Amino acid sequence: MAATVETAQTVKEVAERKYKYGFVTEIESETAPKGLGEEVIGFISAKKGEPDWLLEWRLKAYRHWLTMPEPLWANVTFDALDYQDAYYYSAPKTAEGPKSLEEVDPELLRTYEKLGIPLREQEMLAGVAVDAVFDSVSVATTFKKKLHEVGVIFCSISEAVQTHPELVREYLGSVVPYADNKHATLNSAVFTDGSFVYVPKGVRCPMELSTYFRINAANTGQFERTLIIADEGSYVSYLEGCTAPMRDEHQLHAAVVELVALKDAEIKYSTVQNWYPGDEEGRGGIFNFVTKRGACRGDNSKISWTQVETGSAITWKYPSCILQGDNSVGEFYSIAITNNMQQADTGTKMIHLGKNTRSRIIAKGISAGRSNSTYRGLVKVSPKAHGARNHTQCDSLLIGERCGAHTVPYIESKNRSARVEHEATTSKISEDQLFYCRQRGIGEEEAVALVVNGFCREVLQQLPMEFAVEAQKLVGISLEGSVG
Amino acid sequence: MLNGNSGATDFEAVFTDRRASLPGADLAWLSELRESGINQFRRHGLPTPRTEAWKYTNLRPLQKVAFAPSHEVSAPTVVGLDRVPSLLPSGEHVRRLVLTEGRFNPELSSIGDLPPGVSLEPLAQAIRRDPGGLQSYLGRIAHPVGQPMLALNTALMEDGVVLRVGRGAVLSEPVEVLHLGGLSDHAVAYHPRLLVLLEADSRAVLVEHFVGLSEQAYFANAATEIRVAEGARLDHIKVQAEGTAATHLASCHVWLDRQATFIGFSLSLGAQLSRNEVHVRLEGEGARCRVNGAYLMRGKQHCDNTTLIEHLKPETSCREVFKGVLDDQSRGVFQGRIMVHRGADKTDGHQLSKALLLSDRAEIDAKPELEIYADDVKCSHGATAGDIDEQALFYLRARGIPEARARSLLIQAFLDEALDEVGIPALHEALLSRVAAWLGTG
Repeated sequence: MAATVETAQTVKEVAERKYKYGFVTEIESETAPKGLGEEVIGFISAKKGEPDWLLEWRLKAYRHWLTMPEPLWANVTFDALDYQDAYYYSAPKTAEGPKSLEEVDPELLRTYEKLGIPLREQEMLAGVAVDAVFDSVSVATTFKKKLHEVGVIFCSISEAVQTHPELVREYLGSVVPYADNKHATLNSAVFTDGSFVYVPKGVRCPMELSTYFRINAANTGQFERTLIIADEGSYVSYLEGCTAPMRDEHQLHAAVVELVALKDAEIKYSTVQNWYPGDEEGRGGIFNFVTKRGACRGDNSKISWTQVETGSAITWKYPSCILQGDNSVGEFYSIAITNNMQQADTGTKMIHLGKNTRSRIIAKGISAGRSNSTYRGLVKVSPKAHGARNHTQCDSLLIGERCGAHTVPYIESKNRSARVEHEATTSKISEDQLFYCRQRGIGEEEAVALVVNGFCREVLQQLPMEFAVEAQKLVGISLEGSVG
Repeated sequence: MLNGNSGATDFEAVFTDRRASLPGADLAWLSELRESGINQFRRHGLPTPRTEAWKYTNLRPLQKVAFAPSHEVSAPTVVGLDRVPSLLPSGEHVRRLVLTEGRFNPELSSIGDLPPGVSLEPLAQAIRRDPGGLQSYLGRIAHPVGQPMLALNTALMEDGVVLRVGRGAVLSEPVEVLHLGGLSDHAVAYHPRLLVLLEADSRAVLVEHFVGLSEQAYFANAATEIRVAEGARLDHIKVQAEGTAATHLASCHVWLDRQATFIGFSLSLGAQLSRNEVHVRLEGEGARCRVNGAYLMRGKQHCDNTTLIEHLKPETSCREVFKGVLDDQSRGVFQGRIMVHRGADKTDGHQLSKALLLSDRAEIDAKPELEIYADDVKCSHGATAGDIDEQALFYLRARGIPEARARSLLIQAFLDEALDEVGIPALHEALLSRVAAWLGTG
């Protein structure tokens, strides 16, 4: 009984909150005029009821953006983007979604089934218009309560601007400055959603945080902005995205993620990205141009990035760590799978500034079909980073004769006591391994999935349990049709 | 020949001035080749770090000095034979061709008797004597497109060496090409060009030796074209010991046919600013190459090793090992790219770059790249940077070896992997003694 009451209350609260922060109900009918300009940015800022300093910051970013050339150095090709032919602010698409699962593309449903996703979640993922997803709501409530008890702030960034302006103002743009790169600058000008997390001193966040459970984030925005601050001695693990393919109509996704770890703090950030990759001929698909960076500000802090990238037509992202504090640690574990016509140019940057800073990079790239996958990474050791240590391992696996796999690491060391090691290999799935599996009655596709999962094991192990199982299945599904 | 805005050399004006008097000016194909070279150079200008291929090497020193073409200044100081260093063991059959500031110097050279089927002559002479024999190779192995410094060499090359080894001929004794620089009391620029053609099943050993005899600033912009035909093998050893104020930019372009072998090694010790580029095209099935190198830098020296190995046919292989030792404020750059083209299956490509930093102000920038478009391949690369292993040092010291000696022993051991594949014992010895001299233990 109590549970029912609680649920009802939650639904009411959630509904009220939506109203209060004008996320769904209020703005539903309103869309900013097409195109990009100072009026549009003013419109977004006004809609969000933002303080002047934030509007100023957005405009500063926009003005700078106008002067920046398109970054063309990545190993990807696409037609130039028309920034004026897009909407930068519109109501979430819940209302436009299919009415029930029957209307959803059966292909998508089959994938959900293979991933073992419960029906309710399927509805949510497919964008089926449901009033409130009760399962999630109750989960969310329990979460909120627990988080509140320990003092963790976890809300949308727009909400944080209202409720914790001092924190947002102090840290927003402090890791990825507004003038960082063309895509991040665009994000700074027009970001509309994203998460904000603050973990107070000495708190170990009691559960994995995830956008998935943040009610308002059922529709992730096109220009997400995430800011996570782990105060001294705290720990937080954050999950982004989900294994299921997401329905989405925006072509350009330019998100920014900023992490700040203070003294003795640790942040673990895991991503599973499975946006629409376009069809077999490469038509459509998401351009995922993301800037992710973490600053290990304090001594003994640690930031760990884990990513499984299987979706998007083009992936352009380099989650990085700035190792400022002495003894701080940066980690990057990545799996990038490309199939059909997908292109991925991804990797990391490890900037060693403090003494005895350590970093570890493990990147696994799998290319199939006519896709191209590039690892691009930078390890930089400054003259003051005595005793810095880096180990990088990049392995590429090629499936089929029309794909490409590339490795482009940059290693810059200015300190003799630093040890930097990089190794990379490229090979194809061994015929012997496949033969061995086939001999034991394992189908060809299954065998490939098995071998690839083995190849990725070191990275999959880094994922939180909830993700790991689904991610393994995803690896297999992403490569369907790549053999035989 | 000065630019209005800086002390830089106006190479285009030099070309306009000199074009009529360059060797082979009366040959239409050669004039066209030079013309396309200067056009390429004009299009790109001197490379800057904004170009990805030159990200870590800044040619600023070239922009500060106006280099005169080597012919414009008074004839180089006469050099006594005793001042001409050589890597070859002294003996009766020394085959050495000396270029002083880029031009053939007959007094210092001794070509000696050549086995049948082998010819060795200065480029300018070859252009006069048998231009038709050069036409299908010169500027064909080394394409100047997108490579401004090679393009400049192509436009302004005046002299150099042509070595041809006929079918089945074996030149077992090494041929040394000695480039002497730093002879004038002016800053000069020169663009020597080597063309090396090995016909099927032939063998040769070529030593390219760059030596600077003074502290004078000068600019050596060298290019070498090598074609190794089916089943032939060339060993190519380069030693760069230019003067301390010199700028040395050199590129070596190698074309390998079926089952051909190229064993390359370079040792870089000299110059203020140097770049050693090697570009190998494995154009025939079963072709294989080794591209090894070592660089020892101190003071404010800058040394760039940039390599591109292109696998274009199946069952080709390459091994690449570069070792660097960087002291004081020196800076080392390694950019190595292995490219496997579509269809080049069963390719085997391995690359290793290691650098030892001996000082707190030394710097290494490494960019080992794999670019792969075929699936049945085995490719790898590795790169490391760090100090001498403290434990190894301790081990040696614990056995009563003084620290300085222990350090140089470890450095020598570190370099061994790159030096080891120099298969000619006398040359291997000569290289080791150069290393020992640098370490102060020779």
